[in-house]
Amino acid sequence: MFHIYCPYCEEHREEEEFHPKGQAHIQRPADPEACSDEAWGDYLFFRDNPRGVHHELWVHAVGCRKFFNITRHTVSYEILETYKMGEAPTVTAKSVSEKDKQAGVQAATGGWQTVGARPESEALNDASNQGARV
Amino acid sequence: MQRYSGFGLVKHALSHHENWQRQWRNPTPKKEYDVIIVGGGGHGLATAYYLAKEHGITNVAVIEKGWLGGGNTARNTTIVRSNYLWDEAAALYEHSMKLWEGLSQDLNYNVMFSQRGVLNLGHTLQDMRDIQRRVNANRLNGIDSQVLDAKGVQELVPIMDCSKGARYPVMGASWQPRAGVARHDAVAWGFARGADARGVDILQQTEVTGFKILDGRIVGVHTNRGDIGAKTVGCVAAGNSGVLAKMAGFNLPLESHPLQALVSEPLKPILDTVVMSNHVHGYISQSDKGDLVIGAGIDGYLGYGQRGSYSTVEHTLQAIVEMFPIFSRVRMNRQWGGIVDTCPDACPILSATPVKGLFFNCGWGTGGFKATPGSGHVFAASLAKGEMHPIAAPFSIDRFHTGALVDEHGAAGVAH
Repeated sequence: MFHIYCPYCEEHREEEEFHPKGQAHIQRPADPEACSDEAWGDYLFFRDNPRGVHHELWVHAVGCRKFFNITRHTVSYEILETYKMGEAPTVTAKSVSEKDKQAGVQAATGGWQTVGARPESEALNDASNQGARV
Repeated sequence: MQRYSGFGLVKHALSHHENWQRQWRNPTPKKEYDVIIVGGGGHGLATAYYLAKEHGITNVAVIEKGWLGGGNTARNTTIVRSNYLWDEAAALYEHSMKLWEGLSQDLNYNVMFSQRGVLNLGHTLQDMRDIQRRVNANRLNGIDSQVLDAKGVQELVPIMDCSKGARYPVMGASWQPRAGVARHDAVAWGFARGADARGVDILQQTEVTGFKILDGRIVGVHTNRGDIGAKTVGCVAAGNSGVLAKMAGFNLPLESHPLQALVSEPLKPILDTVVMSNHVHGYISQSDKGDLVIGAGIDGYLGYGQRGSYSTVEHTLQAIVEMFPIFSRVRMNRQWGGIVDTCPDACPILSATPVKGLFFNCGWGTGGFKATPGSGHVFAASLAKGEMHPIAAPFSIDRFHTGALVDEHGAAGVAH
């Protein structure tokens, strides 16, 4: 459950009051009529979808009903900052990775665990040994 | 491969079931393969299986960073149906449905495919109009589908609240009798066993960290166990497809969202079909073990965390209790999340890419499990020939630039 700081209401409210509205800072082409099919398709359908720091648009749907931006990590789900429309983010993928580097920590990739498969063993792969107790 | 049979079961009983053969090997990666499949879920393993079985290409590796079928293959609600509106999607899912019907025999592995039928409920007049349109389209495509009224639904599912007093009264449903559920793990394991028996190397705990691309052509992959060469690479990585595409230097029109499901404590048999509702947004079936398998919508935000939000659980269970007041005191046992790669038109991407020899099979979003055999079948044919199979061709990445979308949003029975 997110606890989101609305930069307009200036207080933390719970997730249920908000709706996510996708990637932030998408610029509509200045002259859509002059767009190539590629440029228009990219604008309509292609999103960053990063595994890491993401800037996204949210709306305080049952609060002030204003749109604002959140910078959030898409694996840890940690909200790194919220800021008003028209403002630029102060936390970015680059700034986070540099901060981690200075602190000597490895960037969090989390989420996936590689457990479950058995370790490699020649005995298990030996065809003549198939069917034997392992 | 040791074939499974009733006789075999008796024979192994005599030795206390201690001499069963391992279902697949755990090989050391070779330096070079003809084809590499990235992603060892149902779709990837099915692709490898059909490559070996139908196209004689056995020098194949399936590279999986976790364990087999540990991603969305194990995290769905196992519903199989093919009642899609548009011709292109209907062809793909019906192709899959036909393979499901013979899959256990084909694999010599019981995937527990149970054609218990799927109901897609309508709660408003517009729902019913959409259902009629979809059912008519299905019938023109040779897919079994019927429109039921509220009385018909009540006869099929006596425990459902079909009264007019419900908050969103059930007005009717579409009914696909051939649809049903299957055992998700068995699907992955059956395909893995079949592929392995034909010589496919299944490399678990092997993570692709990059692609080797020479003059715009794929020549192999970097992994945490060294570089592996291949002239053809097929990526079938669901939620992480976008991450892989970025490694290869291009973008996909995908967004990865958490989708969760939950199961209840086991109950005695009470629900013998699958009920889905787009309007109140919940779907439910009962597994052979007896637990109610419940799913609903995605979380609206991007996420790779394989967990869902509590508010979604609450909304889902509200919908279920609305439809089935009898379940109001059932306790939930487990809850989990998978990462689904949703496409803007709610249809998959089966496509060649800007990198020659690199193919992607992704974008299945919230409805990929039902397509597992069909997806693997047409993707294998595409990899073998180097060009997309006719059923897969409409699902090219190009459609997001040409505008030829296969817009299944709202057309499918539930938000997938």
